Amino acid sequence: MSKDDDRSPPLDLRGADIAESSSKTRNCVTGSGHVTGMNPMEFQAPYPDQVLENVLENVLQFLTSRRDRNAASLVCKSWCRVEALTRSELFIGNCYSVSPKRATARFSRVRAVAIKGRPRFADFNLMPPEWGAHFKPWVAALGSAYPWLEKVYLKRMSVTDEDLKHLAEYFPSFKELVLVCCDGFGTRGLAVIAKKCRQLRVLDLIESEVADSDMDWIGEFPESGITCLESLIFDCVESPINFEALERLVVRSPSLKKLRLNRFVSIGQLYRLMVRAPQLTHLGTGSFSLAEGVAHGDQEPDYESAFAACKSLVCLSGFREIATDYLSAIYAVCANLTSLNLSYANINAEQLKTVIFHCHKLQTFWVLDTICDEGLQAAAATCKDLRELRVFPIDAREDSEGPVSEVGLQAISEGCRKLQSILYFCQHMTNAAVIAMSNNCPDLEVFRLCIMGRHRPDHLTGQPMDEGFGAIVKNCKKLTRLAVSGLLTDQAFSYIGRYGKLVRTLSVAFAGNSDRGLKYVLEGCPRLQKLEIRDSPFGDEALRSGLHHYYNMRFLWMSSCSLSPQGCREIARALPRLVVEVIKDEAEVNRGECEEHIDDAFDILYMYRSLEGPRDDAPHFVQEHSKQKQGIGLSNIVLLIIYPSMKRWRFGLEELEVQNGEFTKFSSMPPVEKQELAFTREKKKNLVCLF
Amino acid sequence: MESKVAYENGLNLKATELRLGLPGTDIESEEQALSSARNNKRPLPDNSKECGLKGSSDDAQHSDHETAPPAKAQIVGWPPIRSYRKNNLQPKKGEAEASGIYVKVSMDGAPYLRKIDLRVYKGYPELLKALENMFKFTIGEYSEREGYKGSEFAPTYEDKDGDWMLVGDVPWDMFMSSCKRLRIMKGLEARGLGCGV
Repeated sequence: MSKDDDRSPPLDLRGADIAESSSKTRNCVTGSGHVTGMNPMEFQAPYPDQVLENVLENVLQFLTSRRDRNAASLVCKSWCRVEALTRSELFIGNCYSVSPKRATARFSRVRAVAIKGRPRFADFNLMPPEWGAHFKPWVAALGSAYPWLEKVYLKRMSVTDEDLKHLAEYFPSFKELVLVCCDGFGTRGLAVIAKKCRQLRVLDLIESEVADSDMDWIGEFPESGITCLESLIFDCVESPINFEALERLVVRSPSLKKLRLNRFVSIGQLYRLMVRAPQLTHLGTGSFSLAEGVAHGDQEPDYESAFAACKSLVCLSGFREIATDYLSAIYAVCANLTSLNLSYANINAEQLKTVIFHCHKLQTFWVLDTICDEGLQAAAATCKDLRELRVFPIDAREDSEGPVSEVGLQAISEGCRKLQSILYFCQHMTNAAVIAMSNNCPDLEVFRLCIMGRHRPDHLTGQPMDEGFGAIVKNCKKLTRLAVSGLLTDQAFSYIGRYGKLVRTLSVAFAGNSDRGLKYVLEGCPRLQKLEIRDSPFGDEALRSGLHHYYNMRFLWMSSCSLSPQGCREIARALPRLVVEVIKDEAEVNRGECEEHIDDAFDILYMYRSLEGPRDDAPHFVQEHSKQKQGIGLSNIVLLIIYPSMKRWRFGLEELEVQNGEFTKFSSMPPVEKQELAFTREKKKNLVCLF
Repeated sequence: MESKVAYENGLNLKATELRLGLPGTDIESEEQALSSARNNKRPLPDNSKECGLKGSSDDAQHSDHETAPPAKAQIVGWPPIRSYRKNNLQPKKGEAEASGIYVKVSMDGAPYLRKIDLRVYKGYPELLKALENMFKFTIGEYSEREGYKGSEFAPTYEDKDGDWMLVGDVPWDMFMSSCKRLRIMKGLEARGLGCGV
């Protein structure tokens, strides 16, 4: 396989894909491609390496995990090339870490792209709105590189109507668009997608801000013929839709499995849709109340039977403006539900009990704290299979009434032993309850506790919450994501550094005493990828202690901490491949003055590794302290040990354990230039070292 | 307060009272705010009980004599809930729920700035209590003539024209629309602003 110059579509070796593709419009695989096995006769000038590469391509085709792929690509140039040819799903965790040009130059056969933009704290108004993360440069590059592109997934990106128009124009085989926490577009852009993407299977708008351009976008779907629509999610769209058009669309979409309506769809309209789509597996019920101006009548539709007819329903959400009288309609489906989202429904404990009583199979449960500890106790009693729980506050203020507390948390920990992920907002908490959860729920991977009062201690003992969070990191051996709150001293961070060896994402707010806190974490957590900190007393010295690790991270966010511009510059000087953004409040910059008593004050430090250096679309309020460097890419030391006796190859970037009892650890070292691989054979092992 | 009693008796002496103040401003709320500052009485929200304010008075009649607990300043981005969740669940109000007025607050000697949303507060007393809580200090008593007495701190703000004013000098609505940022001054400077206004 020589380097691929032509723009032929990716080769599909998996049987499923071949079967699937036969029924869809698709560029044909011509005779020069492989379908099964090797065929050296196809090549003009076969050479031994080509055979190896054929084998490699056939094997690597099956590698799906992108981490494994990343490691495979570092073995040698040949592997790098073949891996690049066989990668069909491109994931960009930070849109500024690599340029569209570089990404598309390396990977020539991509069919699905996922790009993430803004950091998560931007969701909470902590970042000025024009900061960046524009999809525009990407859509242009993708358009020229991958005309066969089928799927786009964007999270926290700014997407314009123009971008959506280009998506529809550039990609005739476009099938799936998923926009999560995005903004910048409106119903006008959606209209173009609906109208032009004839192969659209998935249009999912999740927690995105959609401007109301007064466009009937639902009406733009083709009016006749069967559609291939499988998923239509628009519960975040805050504007009315053309219901009649939607109804007609649903009728013509026999493959529709997921439908999540927005709050402008009344319960009466919901009924009409449900009876036409009993095959739904995921349903977002819209407002779940009567339309405005409609009163309870004698002839109300039989909502219960409509729900009962949906035998495949496993995921229920919506209830945006719930009229609780109708809640009983869903009882029939509760027994099958694996996911229930009541987080917009202001219901009390009694009302919840009537529902949750039936939900034995529930694995995901999102709810408002209006159900109180009592409601959580009921959930704990029934939902023995619960994996994910999110409890949102109805009144998100520091001093509001706290309907849920440690009592609810304790109950959940005792009833739901398989819990893997929890997000819990409350006013008061105790160490005891958190410790109990750490003991009762050993499978926890995500623990996010938000005690809404800043610096609030254990409300029974008056102690800091150090011990509770310490127990979580110590006992929950699978923990990868942690968000802390309440009164926390450096001790809590000491625990995290000592025990949180798998933690990848850490959120800190109003916590810690001194630089030591942050140091513990940066020195102790080798897997740390995403660190977001606000309003905590960590300064330059703490920042310095992470120098050995920043290239391994996706980003570091620190706002309202004790950093100085010099401290940030120092980091930038030491790590040329790091983009160090210092963001000031726009109003101050506009005035062009400095505070007399707070020099060079800035709000946010946001830094991330990048191959491109400082971005060219940074707004004026972003200062970049970065050194640009020539040469190619950052690299870490990778050690790959291939044991013939092992059943599987283990790829890894940081640490590797050798299976025959020898324990070898290699930590990542400062980046050096890439060199050719040194392949050495020894008696017992094939050792491949990459620099 | 005599004038307040007079008002309640229907004499409406307020309309004829000579005082410093700009025409067309909401005199009643200013009066209420200032008198509350003096009496340490705060205009309590209706649902104070549901809000769970600590130590909230049971008997509204006695609210004159008791201090209502301070509402904590609403820090930007805290708690970490996305705004669409907050908006969707609040009861729909008559007036449009406009976006917040965010201003920076700095205090002499404090290492970093805070940002607050002025729309959250109903008047000066709430704002001042919130600032006291935020920065852990006490503001003195306000008087028109002498500014804030009884503490070395004075809350000031920069208005649209770039002038530094003492917080409380203008009616609340005017303050909200003209305040660009807040600064809690310390020491001599603070006293300087208080006199000779």
